[in-house]
Amino acid sequence: MAKITMTVNGKEHSGEAEGRTLLVDFIRGELGLTGTHVGCDTSQCGACVVHVNGESVKSCSVFAQACDGAQIATIEGVQNNDGTLNVLQAAFQEHHGLQCGFCTPGMVMSASELLKVNAAPSEAEIREWLKGNICRCTGYHNIVKAVQSAAATMAGAAQAAE
Amino acid sequence: MPKDGGIGASVVRREDTRFLKGKGRYTDDMNRPGQTYAYILRSSLAHATLNNVDTAAASAAPGVIRVFTGEDITAAGLGGVPCGWQITDKHGDPMKEPLHPILAVGKVRHVGDPIAVVVAETYEQARDAAELIDVDMTDLPAVVNMRTAETSGHQVHEEAPDNVCYDWELGDKEGTDAAFANAHHITTLEFINNRLVANPMEPRCALGDYDENDEHYTLYTTSQNPHVIRLLMGAFVLNIPEHKLRVYAPDVGGGFGSKIYHYAEEAFVTWASKQIRRPVKWTADRSEAFISDAHGRDHVTKAELAMDAEGKFLGLRADTYANMGAYLSTFAPCVPTWLHATLLAGQYTTPMVHARVRAMFTNTVPVDAYRGAGRPEATYLLERIINKAAQEIGLDQAEIRRRNFIRTFPYDTPVALQYDTGDYDATLNAVMETADYAGFEARRAEAASRGKLRGIGLSCYIEACGIAPSALVGALGARAGLYEAATIRVNPTGSVSVMTGAHSHGQGHETTFAQVVSDALGIPADQIEIIHGDTDKIPFGMGTYGSRSLAVGGSAIVKAVDKVVAKGKKIAAHLLEAAESDIIFEDGQYKVAGTDKAKAFAEISLAAYVPHNYPIDEIEPGLEETAFYDPKNFTYPAGSYLCEVEVDPETGKVEIVAMTASDDFGNIVNPMIVEGQVHGGLAQGIGQALLENCAYDEHGQLVSGSFMDYAMPLAVDLPNFVVETVEGTPCTHNPLGVKGCGEAGAIGSPPALINAVVDAIKGYGIDHIDMPATSLNVWTTIQNASAKQAAE
Repeated sequence: MAKITMTVNGKEHSGEAEGRTLLVDFIRGELGLTGTHVGCDTSQCGACVVHVNGESVKSCSVFAQACDGAQIATIEGVQNNDGTLNVLQAAFQEHHGLQCGFCTPGMVMSASELLKVNAAPSEAEIREWLKGNICRCTGYHNIVKAVQSAAATMAGAAQAAE
Repeated sequence: MPKDGGIGASVVRREDTRFLKGKGRYTDDMNRPGQTYAYILRSSLAHATLNNVDTAAASAAPGVIRVFTGEDITAAGLGGVPCGWQITDKHGDPMKEPLHPILAVGKVRHVGDPIAVVVAETYEQARDAAELIDVDMTDLPAVVNMRTAETSGHQVHEEAPDNVCYDWELGDKEGTDAAFANAHHITTLEFINNRLVANPMEPRCALGDYDENDEHYTLYTTSQNPHVIRLLMGAFVLNIPEHKLRVYAPDVGGGFGSKIYHYAEEAFVTWASKQIRRPVKWTADRSEAFISDAHGRDHVTKAELAMDAEGKFLGLRADTYANMGAYLSTFAPCVPTWLHATLLAGQYTTPMVHARVRAMFTNTVPVDAYRGAGRPEATYLLERIINKAAQEIGLDQAEIRRRNFIRTFPYDTPVALQYDTGDYDATLNAVMETADYAGFEARRAEAASRGKLRGIGLSCYIEACGIAPSALVGALGARAGLYEAATIRVNPTGSVSVMTGAHSHGQGHETTFAQVVSDALGIPADQIEIIHGDTDKIPFGMGTYGSRSLAVGGSAIVKAVDKVVAKGKKIAAHLLEAAESDIIFEDGQYKVAGTDKAKAFAEISLAAYVPHNYPIDEIEPGLEETAFYDPKNFTYPAGSYLCEVEVDPETGKVEIVAMTASDDFGNIVNPMIVEGQVHGGLAQGIGQALLENCAYDEHGQLVSGSFMDYAMPLAVDLPNFVVETVEGTPCTHNPLGVKGCGEAGAIGSPPALINAVVDAIKGYGIDHIDMPATSLNVWTTIQNASAKQAAE
C-alpha cells in the first residue's frame, strides 16, 4: 500500500492504493466517484475514460500509483459551475445520445477531448474517434449527432465572442 | 399537434441529467456498511466430474471470511435455479427439467459453471484466495454441437439421455404436407441463426444484505424485473416469504433480455449475507459475463416454402434445433416455441404452417431471450426463404410479398395468433419510397463501374409484443401471470407519484410515463414522478421485456388514472353541488357540464386529504388508486426494412450504404425515444448479421470470450439510419393504442442485411450466406462459388 495524492476535478484527494490498484478502482472505491464505470476487463469499452493531465485515458489501463500527483478530470467535474449541463452534455440530452447511461460518462469524456483537438469534426472523424467507446443502446447515430451539435454550438459561441 | 409535454411530444429525457453528470445509481455504485466481496471460482472445463474441492488453503488466506462450495448449498437445503416456463412436448409429456444448482455439485456442465465462492474483506483478497482452491476434476467429453447431440453418446444430464429437452410441434402437419404435395414450386433453406451475447455495457452485479433484527433480506441487483426475482428466488430457492425480502434494481445499465432471468449469484449473495451476517457483493467482470450471462439465439433450421405458379404461399415447414445450453434459464423453453413458431405466418396469408422444434442440452452457457427472443429467428427464417424463393421463381422481392400480404383484420393465423390490426402495404410503400427502391438498379450499375457489388435487401417483419393474456400464457406453460400493475398516488397538494411495475434500463420510462399521466390528468409533467425498480415501493410488477412496458405497464397506469379521476368526480360533485354524472374532467379541471363551475385537480386532491367538506359517507378520504392490467391479446407491431450494401469482391468487406426502417407502432408517446429504440435495435440486428458470433470450439471452450474476440458493433461499423414511422394502425385492445417498439430494429434488420448481401453476390450463383457476413465469410463464399462456377 502506498499513499497517493491527485487533484481530481480541481480538488486534492489522497488515499491508499496497492501497486496493482487500477486508477478506475481508486476513483470509484477510494474516492467514491462512481460516475466512472467499468464495462470490460480488456480496455475495449471506454466506459472508464477520464482525463489525466488533460488527455483522455482509459482509467482501467493505468495504475493508480502511476497517477500520483496527476491532474484528473472525471464526469463529475464536467457540468457548469452552476450545476447545469455543459454544452456537450446538453447536446447529448437534446439529441437523445444516451439510453441506459452506463457508457455515457466515458463517451462524454472522450468526445470532449475530440472537440478540444478538432473543433469541427466530420461524421467520419467522430465515428473514428469514438471507436474506443462501446455503446450497446443507441447505435451511435444520436451520439454522433450530439457531438456535431455541440461542435456547432461551441463554434457559434466562439464566433459571437469574437 | 400533441399537447405540450404530453402524448406525441419529443420530450427530452429527465433521467439524462443524472446520467450525464455521473450521478446514475447503478448496483455496483451501492455499498453497504460492513460489506464483503464475493469472487466466484468457475469451471474452466465444459464437462467434468467434480471429484473434490479443497478450500483449506483459500479459507486460511488473508481477509477471507468464508469459502462456500456446492456441498454447503446442498447441506443448507437450497433449491436450484428455477425455470419459469414449462413446455409440453408433442407426446404430451413435460420437458426435461434437470436441477440447476446454485453451485455445481458432482459435475460441471459448462465453462463458467460456478464451483466455489470466496467471500473476503476485499475483492482482491477474494480473488487471490480463489487461486488457492484446489479443484480435482475428471474431464468428460463435451456435447457442443446441438445437431449431433442426440446421437453423441454423451449426456449433459442423466434425465435427458439423448440430450433432448423437448421435441415440440405446432400447426397442422397433415394439412401442411398436403399443401406441399400440391405445390408448383418448393424452396428449401437450411441456415444457422448465430449465437449471440447480449452484452449490456453494465456487467451484472448483486449485493445481498441480511438484517438479523427484522430477519429481513435486501437484494440490490441488476434486474429488468425485481418482483419476478423476488418471487422466483424467495419461493423456489431460498424459501423467504415476500414480506421478508426486498429486491431493488436501481439504475440498470442495459439489459436486452439478459437481465430478466434469476441468476444463481443473486440467490448466493442473499443467502450468504445471512450466513456471515454481513452484506455480500458480487460484481461480474466482462470475461465472467461472457461465461455466466444467458446467451441468445442459436438455432439451426431447415425451412421449406411451398408456392403456387403465381408465387402465392401454400405452406411453410420449419424444423428447428434450439440450443438450451447446459441448464434451463428462466424463460428459455418458451423462446423457440411460443415466441418463435407462432410468428411463422409473418405478414402473409400462408394457410398451412407446421413447425417442429427440438430443444437441446449442450455443455454451453444457458441460452435464453435476447432482444426479440424468438421473433428475430422467425423473421429471419421467413424473410430469408421468401427472398430465396423470389430469386428462384424470378419475382421481385417486394412483389412476392405483396402477393401474400394479409389485408383483412382481425386475422387468425394457422399458428395460434390473432392479429388485431395492421397495414403492411403502408410500411412497404413508405420504405420503398424513402429508400428509392425504384432507383436501385442505376445505383447498382454505378457501383459496378467502381468494381463494387451493390445489393438491396427487403424484410417485412411482424412481432408479437406484450405477451399476454395471463390465462393464455398459463395454458402454454408460463408459471407466472403477465399483467402489469401501477399505483397512482395523488399527493395532497396535487403532485403525483406513479409506482409502476415496469422497469426502465434505458427505455426512458421516467419521461414517457410522465407524459402519459400528464396528458391524462392535465397537469405539468414536472408535477409527476415515476418510481420503479423497488419491491418495497411498487405494489407488484412483472417488469420490462418483450416490448411490453408501455403496452402493458402504460395501460395499467391509464387504468389507475381512470380510477383516480372517477373518485375525483365524486368529490367534485359533492363540492360543486352537482350530480356526479354531470361532472366532466378535462384539462386538469373537474367541471360541471354546461356551466362555468369547476374545481382544479389540486383542489380535489387537497379535499381528499383534508376532508372537512367531503362525501365521507360515500367514499374514503385520500386519493390513491392501484390497477392491474391483464391484456386481452399480444400487440402486433410490423414494418418493412430496406438495407443497401456494397460488397468489395476482392476483400469480402460489406459496407452498409443505407439502412431504412419504416415501422407501424400504433400510437406513439415520444417520437424521439421511439426512434432511439429503433436505432438501438438496428445496431444489434446489424451486429448479428455482420459482426457478432459467439463461438465454442469442439471441447466446449468459449472462443469469443471478451470484447477482443467478440465483435461488438463500434461507431465506425454502423451507418446513420433512416427511421420513420407510418401513420399507423393503433392497437385495438389497449387504452393507449400502442404496440411496442423496443425490439423491432433487431428483428427486421438481420434478414434485410443478409438479403442485401445475397443480392449483391448472387452473380456468383450464391443464394445464401449464413450470419455473420464478415469479410472472411463473404470472401470465402465468393471464392467457393467462383471455383464451382469455373468447374461447371
